[in-house]
Parts: sequence; structure tokens; C-alpha cells
Amino acid sequence: MELTAKERMAIERHGMAEQPPDLRNRNFEEVPYGYTPEEAVAEAQRCLSCKKMPCVSGCPVEVPIPEFIALVAEKKFAEAARVIKTKNVLPAVCGRVCPQETQCEGVCVRGKKDIKEAVAVGNLERFVADYERENNLAEVPEIKNKNGLKVAVIGSGPSGLTVAGDLIKLGYEVTIYEAFHRGGGVLVYGIPEFRLPKKIVESEISALEDLGVKIYYNSVIGRLHKVDDLFNVLGFNAVYIGVGAGLPIFLNIPGNNFNGVFSANEYLTRSNLMKSYLFPQYRTPMIIGKKVAVLGGGNVAMDSARTAIRLGAEKVTIVYRRAREQMPARAAEAHHAEEEKIEFRLLSSPVEIFGNDEGWVTGMKCQRYELGEPDESGRQRPVPIEDSFFEFDCDQVLVSIGGEANPLITKTTPDMKTNKWGYIETDDWGRTSKKLVYAGGDIVTGAATVISAMGAGRMAAKAIHEDLMKESDETVTPDWW
Amino acid sequence: MYELVEKSEVFNVHEMVIDAPEIAHSIEAGQFVIVMGSENSERIPLTVSDWNTDTGTITLYVLETGMSTLELARMKVGDSLYAVTGPLGSPSEIRDYGTVVLGGGCYGIGAIYPIAKACREAGNKVISIIEARYSFMFYHEKELHAACDQVLYATSDGSKGKKGKVEDVITEMLEKGVKIDQAFFIGCTQMLERCSEATRPYNIPTKVALNSIMLDGTGMCGACRVSVGGETKFACVDGPEFDGHKVDWKELDQRKSAYTEQETVVYQSYSHGGEVPKVGSA
Repeated sequence: MELTAKERMAIERHGMAEQPPDLRNRNFEEVPYGYTPEEAVAEAQRCLSCKKMPCVSGCPVEVPIPEFIALVAEKKFAEAARVIKTKNVLPAVCGRVCPQETQCEGVCVRGKKDIKEAVAVGNLERFVADYERENNLAEVPEIKNKNGLKVAVIGSGPSGLTVAGDLIKLGYEVTIYEAFHRGGGVLVYGIPEFRLPKKIVESEISALEDLGVKIYYNSVIGRLHKVDDLFNVLGFNAVYIGVGAGLPIFLNIPGNNFNGVFSANEYLTRSNLMKSYLFPQYRTPMIIGKKVAVLGGGNVAMDSARTAIRLGAEKVTIVYRRAREQMPARAAEAHHAEEEKIEFRLLSSPVEIFGNDEGWVTGMKCQRYELGEPDESGRQRPVPIEDSFFEFDCDQVLVSIGGEANPLITKTTPDMKTNKWGYIETDDWGRTSKKLVYAGGDIVTGAATVISAMGAGRMAAKAIHEDLMKESDETVTPDWW
Repeated sequence: MYELVEKSEVFNVHEMVIDAPEIAHSIEAGQFVIVMGSENSERIPLTVSDWNTDTGTITLYVLETGMSTLELARMKVGDSLYAVTGPLGSPSEIRDYGTVVLGGGCYGIGAIYPIAKACREAGNKVISIIEARYSFMFYHEKELHAACDQVLYATSDGSKGKKGKVEDVITEMLEKGVKIDQAFFIGCTQMLERCSEATRPYNIPTKVALNSIMLDGTGMCGACRVSVGGETKFACVDGPEFDGHKVDWKELDQRKSAYTEQETVVYQSYSHGGEVPKVGSA
């Protein structure tokens, strides 16, 4: 039964049922429960299938959104998942972690007046991907015409997994080198279980292994093998570098090295990858702060703050230099953090971290800021207010103010160009200045999103295929590519 | 992979020879690996003390000090470690210095060996000084003798060599006017500090291998940060070797003891054969 536009307009947006804040702040289980099939169909019926499809251009990998949503409305969930996967190999991940409000949902015609009225594209994407996985409906594509060419992918984060998935299907032999003992990169060490259950990442990786992708863990490229060795010794025909950004930044203020001061990377890696929230069954210990200060306003800051609450902190305060509206965090994360009673100290920035004689952090001194003229990014610049200092007690500080480029590969690959910040220079397709070496994700752009890293991986896979085809007559492009 | 192919122990130091051919092929003197005994283990950094490209093995000397090292110590030949990642850290700077003195205590007795070998190959006169409480706690001596021009001993009870510590031997050498062009020290933080203080008055270039707490070992987490000459450095990528005269020892010691409370609870229980208790349950 076809609905009229008016009937579609009359349907209200379906939120996802969630664990209540006072329950979830004591566990690490996922916050939203997911749609029921009925909710998914009803939400899908809200889509007007408009001709312009602004959502598709709003998506960094151009998922055919109206097409998959129309299939959901017809209860063809597995087909919907297949449509998404033509453009996005990790829909269960992206449905959960993409900043939809600035992408597909941000340009949805139904959200023009109020973003909260946009079609819930992210929720629907999550639903169909979960439905496909939970019911084992994923199709394993048959790979014909192995072309005998070998590609090394460095890093098993979102961009590396995308490159591996695309190239294995084209007939390449793909080997991923992962520094950690588990695959997934930031999806497993950075993003907490309550936002992205690890079983989803594991299932995506085992799907790639089923297709024939080899993964070598505990392999730090730059140390174990240099990029040149991958070609000369190990016989790879092309190399993709997707190692993520790397080194954490600490504020240039006194007291950074007191015990209890963590980079968000360390704190989240302990909790997520090493599962120290299950200490001592998992042996990696964790400092459980009572009064925790989190520095920064991005997703990583929200993840750190919400992890601290779950580990048993009595009070968690986010200290951010700009205003609430300027926070780079995904809207849902900041909202969930507020619901979990995390305090926001906005327009404030630390000037000193205090500690005791035993070397443990005891508090911090901050300065208040106000908003001034817009800066290059268009955001109003935060300006310190003179003599506006205040102090508060805390026994743990989680620093989440970004990172800088990891030099392990670039230092050992001197003939590959980097920019002045140490990130790898590439063309629009991920080609570096070194022949048959490609790069994408945070090591090229600096800290960004999962979806943009996947987009870069998709582009690089195309470039690798194009370039290797020129080098070899053997390579055949299948029809679907 | 990572099978334990040989194992022996001298007092509380465990020699573990592990199958890791790729690491054996790429490692250089001064580098380390991060190991996990089992899937639930901590990731802990251990200096690689020897390797063999023919057999594809690396040798670690593990000092039993807590939960993670105890779990490694209890592994048997034929067992496999869950993860061995490396080589990590920057290699030692090896060149022809002239006379090089290497000081090692506890696991450092084994860890100075590859540096000794590399320094000798680079043309240096190499003198190693090793310390232990009692003479029966020394190990890996035959190899060390073969790699050095001279091996000197220090024991707390005077049962072998000089009664005292590595720095007492060095001080005596320096007072006698022995010319030392470069010193390397590997061992516990207190030993590194004492030895660095011994070479400071004589302005002898001194490298110490720091073993701060690490997680990933690739510079991503910053757990291992140390202050050297007033600057924050990451031991895993900027080190592990730093100028011993510039290290903030108090801070390093405090940072290394950050988890003592948690470690003590689980270690006591586990080492007494009991179940691991739940602590700090949320």
C-alpha cells in the first residue's frame, strides 16, 4: 500500500528505546536497544523519496539512502543491507558512530525546520545491518579470477578494512598488518563497548577473513618491516597506509605527568581493548577516579567521561574552552553524557594541574573564556578573561584535546612526502609521493571520523586497482565494480 | 606462533627463548618487545637480550616482580605466548666511542649483552659490570664474557667481585683514572639513578634504558612519558635510552608505582595459589 506524502509527513520520528541513564551508568552495555522491525518500517515510511536526494550527497561515501530506506519500508531488510554495502562495508558501525546530524540527516528535507524531524537514517542503517548479521543473511560474494597481485594494508581500522574488503573482492591477495593483538583499530581500542559492541567489529573482521583477507597481528610496520621491505622482501605490489593519527597531545601546562593524568587514548585503550573494567579477570589495572576532569569537547572526550562514570566515578566534569554549541562531539553523545549527569564546565581551560608529594593529581586551576571574533574555522574564537581563575579538586584528569602524526612509518620511509605537521601528503585518490604507496584516514587528514576514513579507503582501493591494472595485463575488473 | 622453546631460571629471573622469526630478523641492540602471556594479560615491555636468525628465536630475561611476570614465569616449554610485538623502541646508538662501560642489574645482566656485542663489533673496548645480591644470582655470564674485554662483578655480600653495587665499581675505576668514553646502564630505576650519579661528576656520556609503564608501545597512549631535561618524552618511541644525567628520577619512580595497590592484591592472591579476587568492584 503506497502512502501519500501527507500521510508520510504525519508520521513522527521514532527514537530508539534506550537503557535509562541511572541503569546504564553502571554497565558497559550498549545504550540504545535498536529498532523493532515494526519501528523500522514505520520510520522508513517517513522518507519522502525526494528527487534531489540531498542525503546521498550529504554522505561521505554516498550510500543510496532513499533506495535502502524504500526496501526497509517493504520489509526487505536483507536487500536493504546489500544496497548499503555497495557503498559502505561497515554499516553496523556507521549506523552507530557517524555524525548523522552533520551529514545525511543534517540535509534531510524533513529536518529543515528542526533537525530532530529528519528521517532517522542512522538508526535505520544500524537496524538493517544488525538484522542481516543476527540472522546470518550476509552474502559471501564468490571471488573469481584471483589476479595474483599482493597488496599490504597497514592498520585494521575503518580505512584499512575498507581497502581490504574492496581489493579482496577484485581478486587481489590482501594482507593486513595490525600493531595490536586485535583488529579494528580505533573501533576496538577507542570507541567504548556501550557505543559500539566489540562483537560487531569482530563479525566484520571475520567476514573479511572468510573472503580470504589475511591478518597479521602484533606487527608494527616501520619497526618489524619497513615499507620498502614490504615490496622488496615480501613481494607486495602495492601498500596502503591507514595507521591512524597516533601520538596524544598534552596541554603545555605544569602538572601533566602526575599520576592520574591520562591521555584519553591510554584511558580508553585500557578500558576498551584491554578490558580493564573487568580487572582483575583481565589483568590490565585501571585507576578509578572519584572526581574526574575530562579536557576537550569531542567524541573522545564524551567517551572518556562516560567510561569514567561507568567505572565508578562520583563526579565527572568536562572542561571545554568553547561553548556547548561549538562542541565537535556527535549530538547524541553530548546528550547522553548530560543525561548521565556529567557536568559541563564550558568556556574554561586549565592553566595548571595540582598534585601532592607522592605525585598524584589533586586538582586543577582553570581560566574562564568568552567568545570573540570568528576564527579561520568560522567558529567564534575563545578569548581568555583576565583574572577569572578558579580551582577545583579532582583525582583524575583525562586529556582529550587531539593528537599528532605518528612518525613510525614516515620516519622509516624518507622518500614519501609529509606535510609540515607530519601527516602523509596524498592526491585526492590517496596516492602518496612514493610509487604504489597509498594512504588514507587520520594519518593523512589528522583526527577525523570513521566514515571519512572509510571514504578515503574506498578511493584508495580504486586508485590501487587502476594503477596496478596499468602495470599488469592480468588484472580484470568485474562487472559490478 | 610465539612458542616457548626453552626455559630456565636463576633465582627469580626466568630465561625464555621464544619462537619469533620475524622479530629475530629485524631486531637491533637496545630494542624491546611487548608481550602478553594470555589473552587476558597485561601488555608488558621486555628488553630482548639475545636472538638467533638461524633458529628464529628471541631470548627474554623476565624478572618475576608481579602478576604479569609471574604468569610468564609459570609458562612451560611448548606453551605459546598470546602476543609478542616488536621490535619496539629506537635501537642503541652504536659507534666507536673508545672505551664503553655497560652496567647491568637483575634483568639488565641479560639485557646489556646485545649492546656489549654490538659495541665490540664497532671497535670499542667493552667492560661490563654486573651486580647481584649473591654470587649465585648471576646468569648468562659465559656469553657476556665472550662479548666483552672484561667483566667485573659486584655483590651485596661480597661473595663475588667487589662488595657493593655497580656504581661502587665505576667510582673506583674513575678514581683510579680509567678513561670511560660512554656508559650504558640497564636495570631497576634506583640502580640507573645511582649509576648516573656516579658518572655525572666525571661528565661521562651516560645512556640509561628506561622501563616505564607501557600499553601499545607505538607512541599512541603516552603512558610511558618521562621528563628528560625538562621535556616530556615517550619512552616507547623516543627511547628507551635517554641521557641518565637529565632524567627526572623521582617522577619516573612515582609513575612506575601508580598501580602498586592493584598489583599487590592480585599478585598476593595468585602467587599463593588462590583464585584471583575481585577488587574495586564497581
